[in-house]
Amino acid sequence: MAHQEGVTADAGDSSRVSLMNDPKARGLVFQALLIIAVIYLVYSGVTNAIDNLARAGIASGLGFFGERAGFDIGQSFIPYTNDSTYLRAFFVGLLNTMVVAFIGIFFATLIGFVVGLARLSKNYLVQKFATVYVETLRNIPLLLQLLFWYKAVLSILPSPRAGGLEPGAEVVFNLNNRGLYMPRIVPEGGAQLILYAFIVAVVAWILIGRWAKKRQMATGQQFPVFLTGLGLFIFLPLITYLVTGMPLSLEYASLQGFNMVGGWVIQPEFMALLLGLSLYTASFIAEIVRAGILAVSHGQSEAAFALGLRPNLTSRLVVVPQAMRVIIPPLTSQYLNLTKNSSLAVAIGYPDLVSIFGGTVLNQTGQAVEVISITMLVYLTLSLLTSAFMNWFNSSVALVER
Amino acid sequence: MNNKILSAVVGITAVAGLGATAASAATLDDVKAKGFVQCGVSTGLAGFSAPNDAGDWSGLDVDLCRGVAAAVFGDAKAVKYSPLSAKERFTALQSGEIDVLSRNTTWTMSRDTQLGLNFAGVNYYDGQGFMVRKSLGVNSALQLSGASVCVQTGTTTELNLTDYFKANGMTYNPVVFEKLEEVNAAYDANRCDVYTTDQSGLYSIRLGLSAPDEHMVLPEVISKEPLGPVVRQGDDQWFSIVKWVHFAMLNAEEMGVTSANADEMLGSTDPNVMRLLGKEGTFGEAIGLGNDWAYNVIKQVGNYGEVFERNVGASTPLAIGRGVNALWSKGGLQYAPPLR
Repeated sequence: MAHQEGVTADAGDSSRVSLMNDPKARGLVFQALLIIAVIYLVYSGVTNAIDNLARAGIASGLGFFGERAGFDIGQSFIPYTNDSTYLRAFFVGLLNTMVVAFIGIFFATLIGFVVGLARLSKNYLVQKFATVYVETLRNIPLLLQLLFWYKAVLSILPSPRAGGLEPGAEVVFNLNNRGLYMPRIVPEGGAQLILYAFIVAVVAWILIGRWAKKRQMATGQQFPVFLTGLGLFIFLPLITYLVTGMPLSLEYASLQGFNMVGGWVIQPEFMALLLGLSLYTASFIAEIVRAGILAVSHGQSEAAFALGLRPNLTSRLVVVPQAMRVIIPPLTSQYLNLTKNSSLAVAIGYPDLVSIFGGTVLNQTGQAVEVISITMLVYLTLSLLTSAFMNWFNSSVALVER
Repeated sequence: MNNKILSAVVGITAVAGLGATAASAATLDDVKAKGFVQCGVSTGLAGFSAPNDAGDWSGLDVDLCRGVAAAVFGDAKAVKYSPLSAKERFTALQSGEIDVLSRNTTWTMSRDTQLGLNFAGVNYYDGQGFMVRKSLGVNSALQLSGASVCVQTGTTTELNLTDYFKANGMTYNPVVFEKLEEVNAAYDANRCDVYTTDQSGLYSIRLGLSAPDEHMVLPEVISKEPLGPVVRQGDDQWFSIVKWVHFAMLNAEEMGVTSANADEMLGSTDPNVMRLLGKEGTFGEAIGLGNDWAYNVIKQVGNYGEVFERNVGASTPLAIGRGVNALWSKGGLQYAPPLR
């Protein structure tokens, strides 16, 4: 009865509504409750884990990061020995993951665009070949493909000692089942100037491009930006190299004992992983590219032809910019997939983050909760960074609607 | 709005659920309730734990699990096996997924003290060794500088390897895999010059290579690898059961009680044998089992010597001698405290 009275009293004053009946206030209350529940969930999860670990007598905390690792790693882009700390081992794994993901993304994009365009080709053979490629690779689980490439790489290549190499003799280029050996560039004094020359050339290339675009807008005159840029990119470092007295030398690999020593080596695990990741992801990217181009209506290119644009310019100025709008968002997902899929490296012995940190470090320290949490956090961060970059790129190529 | 309320409710229930999942201490009660022992074994190491032709698990480590089942249930078959990689094994035990880990696991101080685990004895004394192709012309581990070495992750092997090469001023290139089969395949494909793991493991793995005769195990043993069963810390009763199943098998060998003569021995008047077979005293009741616990272990699984010979001994393809694994009375290290 009292409730009934309340309702009628409220109805008397329509401007003042009870907080319970105000959808906005009610929404805020429930959202606050939800946030509290989530915070409590996380808090109790963490404290529970800590309590349970302590009760079970399992060491916890992040103190292990400062301890000596005591194990060796096959491939490292930063100086690392078995006397380094677990923290450094973590960074070695992180870098190995990032390197394979980055190069994988590069090749996947390249192959993906080529195959995607090939699927639209009017050449029967090219088009069918691209179709077979896409339908085969995207329909076989990646792990199997990785194992296949690893076994394929290993079983085709000879062992270094069976390759007919003279012990001790320097070779420029050698491919065996321990890796692809190439000369290593050894910088000497003044070599960093060459690096600076490359940077200057790239910056100049970009500036010239901007200037040329502005000039073309204003006067209609064109400028050979690409040739000039390429020329700068090649000749500026070359001249620096000659002027500074050729401060680079090459170190060659040679067969010594069991293995090749010296030179620059790409290990078979890396090759197999890169091959598997690139080819697999490229098959998805090819479909995305095809979809993007087909999404641009045929009328657009017809209109461009009617305006007198040549086919090359038509695709560069009319079709591709509109296709990119469709291509980039799903392309981002593929980049994220490739990065995450690189964790399958553990199956073929490539020392990535999961193998080194989530494998060896986890086992030597026994701190599974911390190690796995950190590993997950790293992949999350990598993915969010990739997303952020791609979103920025997307907004910079998005069509400006007038 | 309804969805938000729902998710909040789900969240709170989940929190309540988390609180309830504290590890239970009485493993024996759990095991009895479910009717079998969940035993963590390797993914396939001939002689220690591997499925045989009939698809049943067999091996030295498997027989310890069967012994525990015989002691608890009087039935050595009441075991279920969880094949685990080196990396997964401790987490599986810590989380309660398995009741006992019997998977050629090396007893080290950090594992014993920092992982919340207890080692219940040593059922095989081992040491780390190296296997190479005979064609390399190597006859000592000291000639291995510069070699590529295949090794499994999450093992003491990985650390011993580093220490050994470092101490001898040699270099090497590690190729690390997660699963035993992957290491085997990579070594067989000549990705590495050297395969390193416990020596018993090397003999076992060699049998599975495409041409076993082309490989040899180098004489150097570079580490101490006492392998034994592991249980969770904080359950002394279960710890005692696993420990004493192993000791009972050792004591049985020492007293000459075998699976063949166990019934006959029931009539023995030797007080040692009477205590072992439960004719005298209440040793089984003291650890929550029947007094015939050790009789069941010996009758159904055998004494340590029988188990050793059956799985890895001279009559098997592994043909490993007793060596340091002989009884203490025969010059070995296997020594069990008296059952009294």
